[in-house]
Amino acid sequence: MRKSVAALAFLIVFAFLLLGMSQLRPFGEPENTEMDDYFLYDQEEGSQAHNQVNNIVTAILFDYRGLDTLGEATVLFSAVSGVVTVLRKVKKSGKEVQG
Amino acid sequence: MNWKMSRVVRTIADIMVVPIIIFGIYLIIHGHLSPGGGFQGGAVIASSTALLIIAYGSFGKHKDSLSSLESTGLTLFILIAFLGLGYTVFYNFLASGGAVFGGTVPYGINPGRLDSGGTVPLMNIMVGLEVTAALSLILWMMAKGSDSMDVEEASV
Amino acid sequence: MISWFLHLPFLVVGILVAIGLYTVLFKNNLIKIIMGIAIIQNGVNLFLISLAYRKDGVAPIWTSAPDEFMVMPTPHALTLTSIVIGLATTALLLSFVMMIKRHYGTIDADKVRRCRE
Repeated sequence: MRKSVAALAFLIVFAFLLLGMSQLRPFGEPENTEMDDYFLYDQEEGSQAHNQVNNIVTAILFDYRGLDTLGEATVLFSAVSGVVTVLRKVKKSGKEVQG
Repeated sequence: MNWKMSRVVRTIADIMVVPIIIFGIYLIIHGHLSPGGGFQGGAVIASSTALLIIAYGSFGKHKDSLSSLESTGLTLFILIAFLGLGYTVFYNFLASGGAVFGGTVPYGINPGRLDSGGTVPLMNIMVGLEVTAALSLILWMMAKGSDSMDVEEASV
Repeated sequence: MISWFLHLPFLVVGILVAIGLYTVLFKNNLIKIIMGIAIIQNGVNLFLISLAYRKDGVAPIWTSAPDEFMVMPTPHALTLTSIVIGLATTALLLSFVMMIKRHYGTIDADKVRRCRE
């Protein structure tokens, strides 16, 4: 019973994936690229003029979308805290062991 | 856990750790000029930790030092972000200022200049510190935590 | 219907997500379920990168670039974010599996459920 429900869900999701793929624009011809052209080619406010950075991806990551990177670093920090909390050593008496 | 691989593996690991760390530092420092950056360079440096753990086992106590390094990286990243608060958060106040990393690059294709970018290379270094410490801590805690595991046949 | 060959990267994305979904739905081993989640993550990353591509574009880095026409940089930056978050969640899931193994003595999902009841 559970297997058949899972198979039905899998088939439905796969059909939606194929349907959505056939509705996309052709590969390599995106539209509405004004923002990326602004980052790339703008001679007054673009990445090279404003930040003096050659690597546009790094400029976006640390300047234009810096808050996004801050959240990402926080997620990494929380994940490490979770790993350290889960894998800490606990004795039989429930007391925590150093190290 | 205290396993230890043979002398050949340990010697090769000792030799290989140095170029791996140097390559990771190169990736972090040249993050604003070439493919790479803080995350990738940090992951490369953390792979040297994986090599050492495989060769020598997870010896010693490194949890406190690694977690304080990680906290230092994150705190300095937020500090640099908020230093530009005269305009906005994450304002690049060092770019083309002539101070640290204050050089300018011309528009268009150029050979690149290390002394440019303002706060971007500094943030790369801080994020590299944080990612190095975080991934090393994850690897080290997992190697340490697999101590009390006994091997069982994996069920399909 | 548009020719599927033009959509080859999107077709690969669909196949990757389908493989990951199959693994998550039909496998009982927790490690294999995490591998399926990682495959779905990689499929989504490939989808973002495919959306960023412009025909005959080069990588968006001006240092000794071979051409001035470049692909779009914003999805690349967001994919970098997504990769690191995927790595963090995978590490957390694997440590949860280590905890389950330590408590229940097995990593089979059905057996763990039977132990709980």
